[in-house]
Amino acid sequence: MDLTFITQHYPLYVKAAVLTVVTGTIGIVLSAIVGLICALTRYYKIPVLRTITVIYTELSRNTPLIVQLFFLYFGLPKAGIVLSSEACGIIGLTFLGGSYMSESILSGFQSIKKAQIESAESLGLTRGQIMRYVVFPRAAAAAMPAVSANIIFLLKETSVFSAVALADLMYIAKDLIGMYSSTTESLLMLVIAYLIIILPISLLCSVLERRLRRGGA
Amino acid sequence: MAETIIEVKNLHKQFGDNVILKDISISVEKGEVIVLIGPSGCGKSTFLRCLNGLEPIQGGSVTLHGEPVLYGKKSLTKIRQHIGMVFQSYDLFPHMTIAQNIALAPLKVQKRDKKEVEEETLKLLDRVGLAGKADSYPNELSGGQKQRAAIVRSLIIHPDIILLDEITAALDPEMVHEVLKVVLDLAKSGTTMMIVTHEMAFAKAVADRVIFLDGGEIVEEGTPDEFFDAPKTERAKQFLKTFTYSD
Ligand SMILES: Nc1ncnc2c1ncn2[C@@H]1O[C@H](COP(=O)(O)OP(=O)(O)OP(=O)(O)O)[C@@H](O)[C@H]1O
Ligand SMILES: [Mg+2]
Repeated sequence: MDLTFITQHYPLYVKAAVLTVVTGTIGIVLSAIVGLICALTRYYKIPVLRTITVIYTELSRNTPLIVQLFFLYFGLPKAGIVLSSEACGIIGLTFLGGSYMSESILSGFQSIKKAQIESAESLGLTRGQIMRYVVFPRAAAAAMPAVSANIIFLLKETSVFSAVALADLMYIAKDLIGMYSSTTESLLMLVIAYLIIILPISLLCSVLERRLRRGGA
Repeated sequence: MAETIIEVKNLHKQFGDNVILKDISISVEKGEVIVLIGPSGCGKSTFLRCLNGLEPIQGGSVTLHGEPVLYGKKSLTKIRQHIGMVFQSYDLFPHMTIAQNIALAPLKVQKRDKKEVEEETLKLLDRVGLAGKADSYPNELSGGQKQRAAIVRSLIIHPDIILLDEITAALDPEMVHEVLKVVLDLAKSGTTMMIVTHEMAFAKAVADRVIFLDGGEIVEEGTPDEFFDAPKTERAKQFLKTFTYSD
């Protein structure tokens, strides 16, 4: 183990980690938005949109992220659309994450019993109000464990971004190993970097889960 | 001249091919307490649900103050502000406190003043014996307390009529009384109600009019004395025999 190697190169990891966190966060936030929209179209059974959503979900869940990224990075330019590595990473992650988020959020919506919705209807609440005050708050609580799992899953998936030349953590590690045969040090820093990113988020998610569940079933 | 609150004309309801209600006509006058009884599965809940548009109907009409109750239509949210409903399974919203449950419709639907709603919430909670429970969550209350809170939630919108569907059926026996007492008190103060219940002694005490539903039809209708002491139809006699009740 060469400590000087680590002290020398860790700034590279910090930079890559920042890139991973930024692209990952943007991708995850967009995934949640896409997921919410898809879940709403399926929950309210909106014609046409719902069918599109189902097709999208199947396509997204049944292809690996790396294939989606290759399509964006190497395929689209053939059609004249050239995207930066960052854009490919974010779009790819969103395309993948949207369907996972959609499934989790939809099952959250569906966990709200019909009687709850009917008693809200009986009070004269509109469909929008029922979503906002009755369904969403509890659906969010119910969906949170699955959504957290998706967040962690998507953060880990960012490790294939290097395939489209995004200088993320994986990319740096491979680079350093290739240049200096510093396998042990580079991998150690890689693992530590991912842990530093993911552990706090994991913790934050479980705190959020507990807070949302206040007030009981 | 009495004022008609709800008018049901030739209501017909079926689920698929399964006819549940045939040609039912009833009108409910202001201040009247109607008790709807009948064997399990005869369509009592379905009938109440048709009255506030929770179920589509296949024939006839339901009107509230002359306004048609139309399933799935926008006008329903307005009509429902005049109809309170309490179900068998206390359907308070578990993520809101009792006060928040009660204030939801007056604040968000009726857009009333917050302070005024708060005051009325406390007053009504006190009236049903739930003073001090405003900030509790539903899961901190007993079944009987939850049902009384649900009654308050329907009262606060100042409905013209309240529909109660077996609101004590899911309760432990020792909690039934406290809930029925609240309903009896409402009846005394002139609240118009349509009540489905299996509590015969309560039905007798609270009703101005009893309607006996069986096989999708109104088989018999009369004052509680007439119905319970001298039922005219064979089916009503048979039905009453299955209950042993005491006053
Ligand atoms: N959503 C539905 N779809 C199909 N059939 C239904 C539906 N809801 C009720 N039914 C049927 O309609 C009939 C009447 O049901 P309903 O719940 O109105 O009876 P009820 O008189 O309230 O009975 P109980 O005393 O057991 O509450 C039953 O045969 C029931 O199976
Ligand atoms: Mg019923």
